[in-house]
Amino acid sequence: MLFRVLHKDGLKRLFELLVADNTVIGPVEIGTDRHGQPIHGFAEVSEYETVKLDYKTTKLPAKQFFLPYREDLATFRMAGKDWDKEVDYHSSRPYVFFGLHACDINALNKLDKVLLGGPYPMPYYAAKRKNMFIVGIDCLPQPYCFCRSMGADTALHGFDMFVTDLGGSYFVEILSDTAFNLIKQVECREPVEEDQVRYRQVVADKNKQFTAHVDTTDLTKILDMEFQSDVWKYWGDKCLSCGTCANVCPTCYCYSVHEQVAVDLSRATKTKMLYSCNFIDFAEVAGGHNFRPERHGRLKYRYYHKHRGFVEAYEESLCVGCGRCGESCLAEITVPEVISSVRGGTI
Amino acid sequence: MGNKLAFAPIDNGQYHRRTDLAAFEHTYKAEITSIHRLTEHENLYRIQIIDPAEREQFVFLPGQFLMLEIPGIGEAPFSISSSPSRKGDIELCIRRVGSLTDFLAKVERGTHVGLRGPFGTSFPMDKMYGQNILLIAGGLGLAPLRAPIAYVQENRSRFEAVDIIYGTKDPSQLLFTYQYDMWQADDIKLHVTVDNADSSWSGRTGLVTKILDELFAGRDEAYFQNTYAVVCGPPVMFKFVCNLLNQRDIPMQKMFVSLERRMHCGMGKCCRCNVGSTYTCLSGPVFDYWTVMNLKEAI
Repeated sequence: MLFRVLHKDGLKRLFELLVADNTVIGPVEIGTDRHGQPIHGFAEVSEYETVKLDYKTTKLPAKQFFLPYREDLATFRMAGKDWDKEVDYHSSRPYVFFGLHACDINALNKLDKVLLGGPYPMPYYAAKRKNMFIVGIDCLPQPYCFCRSMGADTALHGFDMFVTDLGGSYFVEILSDTAFNLIKQVECREPVEEDQVRYRQVVADKNKQFTAHVDTTDLTKILDMEFQSDVWKYWGDKCLSCGTCANVCPTCYCYSVHEQVAVDLSRATKTKMLYSCNFIDFAEVAGGHNFRPERHGRLKYRYYHKHRGFVEAYEESLCVGCGRCGESCLAEITVPEVISSVRGGTI
Repeated sequence: MGNKLAFAPIDNGQYHRRTDLAAFEHTYKAEITSIHRLTEHENLYRIQIIDPAEREQFVFLPGQFLMLEIPGIGEAPFSISSSPSRKGDIELCIRRVGSLTDFLAKVERGTHVGLRGPFGTSFPMDKMYGQNILLIAGGLGLAPLRAPIAYVQENRSRFEAVDIIYGTKDPSQLLFTYQYDMWQADDIKLHVTVDNADSSWSGRTGLVTKILDELFAGRDEAYFQNTYAVVCGPPVMFKFVCNLLNQRDIPMQKMFVSLERRMHCGMGKCCRCNVGSTYTCLSGPVFDYWTVMNLKEAI
């Protein structure tokens, strides 16, 4: 990995170079909550001043840009009994993500494992994922952040450059050729011993600020042992099965497919919509048999997929510990609390 | 030098073949060539891939499934009920239970449908060479078993004793009745039972497990040591039948079941068929019973 140090205004220059020719997505303020605190979200940006690089976790993850909530998989042109199928991967332009936190970059890396891997890589995702440029940015742990417990507090790959604010300057990790060529056009220098010491200090200070933790020791086994535990019933009774957690989750990718025909019967579309395993019909099969008819069964399945099944398949959890689900949950169900109750066997 | 980021073609790099990605939404266009009414609720559809070259390419194994699509109506998974040797000239046994199957019940022959697949695991027929086979079906579970039955018929000399044990609720629900004589003619012993007999029924009554008990009474230890079982039916049947087989010391790894789930993609992406994090579409639908025992809430 190559390192460079940018002057304080170098980042703005970098942004301007990128925004001149590309579609840039960055964190912006999209409103305020009832306490008057800003709410952040990812949106297309053109002015550096509108980009809030000191943002707290966005309410919604960036997945709308590479895993849209609704996407047409195919369109059909119909003519009597015959038809023609047309497939479009919907990737007309590359995206630059300016200011993704480590958790969101790690979420992409986890999605890559499923969506780019296996016998059937998903072209709709691949087309977008292979055409993005990511500038990561460091962050400060919020009370709900448990990314460190999930090993997702630092991003090791899956980005082009990662920027850490050292106060008077920026410490930049460079991971791609594109990023290296880009930073050559900005005034920067190689880091000296002093920069490296400062960088390590910033990271150490950050690590001290985590307050939320999840103990993942032997979690896969514990989840199997506690499969019939009453704690699932407790959380299931609270759960509203609304699917908000999946909506705000940067790694939830489950979907449903449905087809619609145009009023004049000339066309039809096959559409994919992100779904949630908490919805009542998620595991329903033809004829009405439901493999997970109860709320606690579906909530449990969600935890099993994230913290047990995915670990078994890829030796890492599907959860990045961003805390968005807990923050958005109307029933105030949070991952650290659920896992801790399962570990303890009691609420 | 411009900064505009290069648009990388998605079929380079880690993917060796363009087809790796193109396979995702590849649909074989096929024609429903005949519709055969089996019972009040089930039809047998003969569906032929239109392009002769594609029809030859459509190679599947007994137990695999495909996704059948009717543009604008929907797409759903179905297990293939025909012999693998017929390739892309397939048969699907379909019960009328939802919007797509309702539509299918109304279409005429000649309708063009889309097929994706074949997907999933299969019954390991080659492992069963030289062995006895028990094919145990309940209700619509006979549909996925028709492919291995056809395989056995075509390769009868490779297998020892073959028994089909098939049960339904009542005689009117029996599927493929017109084939029973042909199966018997190929030295496949057929044991049919119904839960509720009516005046027309002169055969056996009772659960599949009762028939198995009777059957096993006349078999020796050597039989059970050299027997594979293939089980397909409602989830509740798996437990009773497989436990019964296990009591006879047939190893769980020699029992195969086909699980039913509602796949939306068939390719390990949508998660709708997941049991834990196991994709029924990739690791299944055919699982050995040992694997099923280790999957939470599989049956």
